[in-house]
Amino acid sequence: MAKIGDKKPKVILEEFKIKENSEDYGFADEQFNREDFKRNFKLKVIKKSNLDIEFDLIGITPAIANAFRRIMLSEVPSMAIEKVYIYNNTSIIPDEVLAHRFGLIPLKADPRLFEYKLDEKDEEGNELDTLEFKLEIKCTWKNKDVKDSRNFDAMYKNHNIYSEHIKWVPRGKQGTLYNEANIGPCDDKILISKMRPGHEFNIKLLAVKGIGKDHAKFSPVSLATYRLLPEITLLKEIRGKDAQLLQKCFSPGVIEIDKSGIAYVKNARYDNCSRNVYRYPELSKNVEISRVRNHFIFNIESLGAYKPEEIFILAVKTLKNKCDVLLEELNFENK
Amino acid sequence: MPVINDDFWYDSKTLKKPIKSLEEKWKIVPSFLAVKGLVKQHIDSFNYFVNEDIKNIVRANNKVLSDADPNFCLEYLDVRVGTPNIDDSNLSTHPTTPNECRLRDMTYSAPIFVDIEYTRGTQRIMRKDLLLGKMPIMLRSSHCVLYGKSDYELSKLNECPLDPGGYFITRGQEKVILIQEQMSWNKMLVDDSSGQIQCQVASTTHQKKSRTSVISKHSKYYLKHNSMTEDIPVAIVFKAMNVVTDQEIIQLIGTDPETQKRFSPSLIELVEHKIFTQKRALEYMGSKLVTKRYATAAKKTPADEARDLLATTILAHVPVEQFNFQMKAIYLALMIRRVMVAEVDPNSLDDRDYYGNKRLELAGSLLSLMFEDLFKRLNNDLKTIADKNIPKVKAAQFDAVRHLRSTIITAGLESAISSGNWTIKRFKMERAGVTQVLSRLSYISAIGMMTRVNSQFEKTRKVSGPRSLQPSQWGMLCPSDTPEGEACGLVKNLALMTHITTETDETPVIRLAFNSGVEDIRLLGGDIINHKGVFVVFLNGNILGVVLGYQKLVQIFRLMRRKGRIAPFVSIHVSHLRKCIYIHTDGGRLCRPYIIVQRGQPLVKQDHIEEVKNGTRKFEDFLDDGLIEFLDVNEENDSYIAYQESDIDIERTTHLEIEPFTILGVCAGLVPYPHHNQSPRNTYQCAMGKQAMGVIGYNQKNRIDTLMYNIVYPQSPMVRSKTIELTNFDKLPAGQNATVAVMSYSGYDIEDALILNKGSIDRGYGRCLVYKNTKTTIKRYANRTSDRIMGPAKDAATDKVIFKHDVLEADGIVGSGEKVVNKMVMINKEMPSVTSSNPVEQKDVPQQATAYMPVPITYKGVEPSYVEKVMVSVNNDEDLLIKLLLRQTRRPEIGDKFSSRHGQKGVTGLIVNQDDMPFNDFGMSPDMIMNPHGFPSRMTVGKTLELLGSKAGVLQGKFHYGTAFGGSKCTDLQDELFEKDFNYLGKDIFYSGITGEPLEAYIYSGPVYYQKLKHMVQDKMHARARGPRAVLTRQPTQGRSREGGLRLGEMERDCLISYGASLLIMERLMLSSDAFNVDVCSHCGRLAYSSWCHNCRSSTNVAKISIPYACKLLFQELMSINVIPKLTLKSY
Repeated sequence: MAKIGDKKPKVILEEFKIKENSEDYGFADEQFNREDFKRNFKLKVIKKSNLDIEFDLIGITPAIANAFRRIMLSEVPSMAIEKVYIYNNTSIIPDEVLAHRFGLIPLKADPRLFEYKLDEKDEEGNELDTLEFKLEIKCTWKNKDVKDSRNFDAMYKNHNIYSEHIKWVPRGKQGTLYNEANIGPCDDKILISKMRPGHEFNIKLLAVKGIGKDHAKFSPVSLATYRLLPEITLLKEIRGKDAQLLQKCFSPGVIEIDKSGIAYVKNARYDNCSRNVYRYPELSKNVEISRVRNHFIFNIESLGAYKPEEIFILAVKTLKNKCDVLLEELNFENK
Repeated sequence: MPVINDDFWYDSKTLKKPIKSLEEKWKIVPSFLAVKGLVKQHIDSFNYFVNEDIKNIVRANNKVLSDADPNFCLEYLDVRVGTPNIDDSNLSTHPTTPNECRLRDMTYSAPIFVDIEYTRGTQRIMRKDLLLGKMPIMLRSSHCVLYGKSDYELSKLNECPLDPGGYFITRGQEKVILIQEQMSWNKMLVDDSSGQIQCQVASTTHQKKSRTSVISKHSKYYLKHNSMTEDIPVAIVFKAMNVVTDQEIIQLIGTDPETQKRFSPSLIELVEHKIFTQKRALEYMGSKLVTKRYATAAKKTPADEARDLLATTILAHVPVEQFNFQMKAIYLALMIRRVMVAEVDPNSLDDRDYYGNKRLELAGSLLSLMFEDLFKRLNNDLKTIADKNIPKVKAAQFDAVRHLRSTIITAGLESAISSGNWTIKRFKMERAGVTQVLSRLSYISAIGMMTRVNSQFEKTRKVSGPRSLQPSQWGMLCPSDTPEGEACGLVKNLALMTHITTETDETPVIRLAFNSGVEDIRLLGGDIINHKGVFVVFLNGNILGVVLGYQKLVQIFRLMRRKGRIAPFVSIHVSHLRKCIYIHTDGGRLCRPYIIVQRGQPLVKQDHIEEVKNGTRKFEDFLDDGLIEFLDVNEENDSYIAYQESDIDIERTTHLEIEPFTILGVCAGLVPYPHHNQSPRNTYQCAMGKQAMGVIGYNQKNRIDTLMYNIVYPQSPMVRSKTIELTNFDKLPAGQNATVAVMSYSGYDIEDALILNKGSIDRGYGRCLVYKNTKTTIKRYANRTSDRIMGPAKDAATDKVIFKHDVLEADGIVGSGEKVVNKMVMINKEMPSVTSSNPVEQKDVPQQATAYMPVPITYKGVEPSYVEKVMVSVNNDEDLLIKLLLRQTRRPEIGDKFSSRHGQKGVTGLIVNQDDMPFNDFGMSPDMIMNPHGFPSRMTVGKTLELLGSKAGVLQGKFHYGTAFGGSKCTDLQDELFEKDFNYLGKDIFYSGITGEPLEAYIYSGPVYYQKLKHMVQDKMHARARGPRAVLTRQPTQGRSREGGLRLGEMERDCLISYGASLLIMERLMLSSDAFNVDVCSHCGRLAYSSWCHNCRSSTNVAKISIPYACKLLFQELMSINVIPKLTLKSY
């Protein structure tokens, strides 16, 4: 029985389907061995910036990797606008559509500082679970005698309403606890509506904490996914024109050609797995494309409320809590 | 004539090099549409009517005389139509706009002014600018306020610049006069009706419509006309037309032995009837006349009447001057000849479905029929009033102007357009459904309606001929766009470049014909007409003359048309079979532009296309320069047209197709790659495109429609077609580009069901706005009372406004922005209980306060709506008009219907959380999952190409084209994907969102343009346990709108009977429906009442049973007609 760790378990990307390795019986027969796992498991951070992160999880089962992905998407909480009180809206956008647009604006406020709003009947909420914003703005004429009728900036004031126009209204102690710079929309230039003179907004917005399962607006990530590490093996020496063609069939930087004109795999990691070699049957005979089955390349892009790595950690914690709950219930059953 | 012979100069060998194909030839199409527009046929036709035809009609009926006073004469000098206006209350008018009429439920109409001269007593009086009536004005026609306005000006008038116009607004409704397809009039059609060959002519003139046919019966020929009680032997008709000698008759028909042999029985018949003179013939015909219902004042002899009939009614379109029947005799002889030929040669039968034998009637011609009828009625009324009033001696002299009632024409035209009932008295024509409400479901449905052609054919008849696609429809009518089912093939749509002719003057054509060698028929005898080498020339169905050397005539005509010396829509074609040349100048012919090819070279060169591109050349310039000409169906079928440059045959080709995609119409033009689809799929899409939600116009926020569906975030399709851009669908789209993965997911995707991504829906995919309106008027009644609106009512105990009135403002009307829920009052209207103005009643109760009863306008619907707009205005009757616009926002739910542009519709089967959706290497999950079983049997290859094109387009940041018979090539798209490092087959690796493992199969995925269709579960779902019942039968009501029950029908009942579930039947059919306890007297078997049998006068035998209420009702009804049903009761 082939075990993870003995050698890299692979799936082979054939022309029309993904084939598992013939000696590889998959995870079904495998028993989880804690020592093996400890020995084989690796986490490597490849790239990291303020909003996104790329890291590798090696030596885990797809079930676990997928659980992280799913939790990041739909169970890590974030704040979003949930209640919109429209006192005046004379723009051309209907109230419901406008409310929907507000909901989708990502907020910077750290959800860990707030509680879930539990009382459905209490619309207004309190300072622990609700953030209040307002948008009071009116479009007016700036100059009526502009020659170029497309020069809106010269003609109108406030004809584009952006997320930056939303103002935070601190409640209770919120003003002292938090800084305005860390509460509002993640991006200043999210267009909410276009306006013409006479159009006006007078709106109160209430943001609460929620999870992506309830509505996509509560999802803290714009992207949380993984892919398997690609691997390319050249079965035969490929040189000359064929080598150049081969190079084209893969993502840039994957295949390089050495001085003697022989193609070699430089770095398969960033291959898109487009499998375009199969377009040239004579070429594809000499190439094997595969992916490492237990090497997960994670990509997380945060919307701004968290740092990307925090999202992953929160996801791990969430999974741990879930396990705890399950264990507790199992123990309870046993007793 | 060097010009004519110049075609024969070339040496075919030197010219046999391949012809270079013209690049971007399609650029001519937008320049055509810029001039003609999509609904130009309607507007042209209406313009012709309003500017010219109306003058002709008035001129033709310009005198009103009176029998009472020979001096009295009213003469119309001129007529003209003004600009649209509305009458205000104080006898003044103000100019109006279409949108004002739409909002205020008014008619968009303009006054018709006449100048008249008439006699009052002994004076002759001239009056100018007298109102004759009001004419509904077609939008964007020459008299419409929108005519020639720029986009900015249109937007100031609250009108969408992309709206095509071509419809009317009557009583606030947009009405289209559909294009009516008819058999060509004034044309001989030979057909075989169950073994009997006949030649039929439907004559039409302004005055008369009649149908004349020559039939062959027992090898004799007869004339059939519905003014005659029986068929008249043709020889008698000839005699009656003063063609008396047998020799003359036979010369007209033909002197060859075969013809003589065939016609001789008819001549012998004359002897049998002993008719030898015209007088005798007329007398004979007079005796066969259909007796008229109203005897005319001046009695004529039957013979005179027969002569009149022959002159005016039989073959009415052939002119007879001073009872000179020569033309008519020649025409009749030709008809007989046609029948003879057809008896021998079945090939010479006419095809009734051939499109050259059809004419399309447009708004202009239909309105002119209606107007002429109304105008004649007005004049007749005027005459009767004059006859009545002139003899009376009065203080004031009879003044005809006072009796000129403008309402006849105003009301007549308005009601005709708004009801669609076209009743023309003088033709005894009655047609219903001529107009339809313009469908504003989507922009495409509106445009599609403007190009619709309605056939007069009965829908119930089971003949395939008129329904099937005729080869002669090529390029004129869309082969795809027709409804399924009942009206299949009878309702058609115009193709993109089709033009419908309007009538043009025939005098210059006559002059040209005579100048080019046509011999006037009136100067010729029968022998010459039937000479072998001679071709008969017809002009609009009338025989003009004969010509030797027809080629020359045809060439001259074509040359003159190309040079612009005669109208561009004059058509000429040769029928070699009949040895005839037909020239047409009449209206209603379908035609289409073609590039002229001479000596194997298309006249349009690359330079011309370049000129079009830089805007220096317009479509008219092509016509003026003689590079492009219009061919009607008949001429098209007489030409040799190359499909593309490489098909040009130097010897024969006469024309070149401009662009093949123009054979499709507007709706079929939306389909990308239609030439890769199975044909019915394109037809399905044509029907579905009209139900797609989207943007209906730039002015949609300024309209208050009864029902309007809008999509929240509409998108322009990634894969476009030339037609999409030409029809501005990209500016007013109806759909969204959804990322589709073609795979199976769960079991909720069988039978075309779709899986939607909840994340996508949360982010706004498929979200739509539904607008509905409600309106009411505050009427005033004859008894000086009027409706009123009351403020919100308060609860006496709590002093709070009651819940139902919660959304009302102080004026009793709901405020805008309010949320209304079921049963809430939106307008708290009250109506006086007595509205009649009976003077007796009023005297009895003089100043008593009138009692009012509430008639509130309430909101009905389970889901709440929001009030978008409240409009308060005054309508035509000067009553207060209140319109409310209600809005709902809906997100897609299970059961909502979506469709791609390839006739592939499906309902949402499941909405899946984003984390459960499969995802690819980029972490992208599809918006929609479509089951691959949708492909094999449907064969919509176009859809797979669209997906590939969209995917490549998304990666490149550009639009791809899927234009019919062209578009981006599959290999090019694959190359682009290859270039962008995507799988060239469009298949990506996906991971299961549930297990996290990669899927074994590669998934074909990419964006596809999906339309959300108007059918949504929310409008359809219905269930009931208990609920309202009908008053009469006490059975549950029917239908969703009445919260009705679900019927257990006959077939279901049969199932239960066969199963033997008697108690279940009892429950379903009685207990759950209309069970009713009745008392029955078991002694006499009659129904008893309150345990008392009124028949037996006892209560001893009364039993209680339960029967259906409907049964009890039946018994009582039977009793009312003296039938006594008796029940026999037994205990068991």
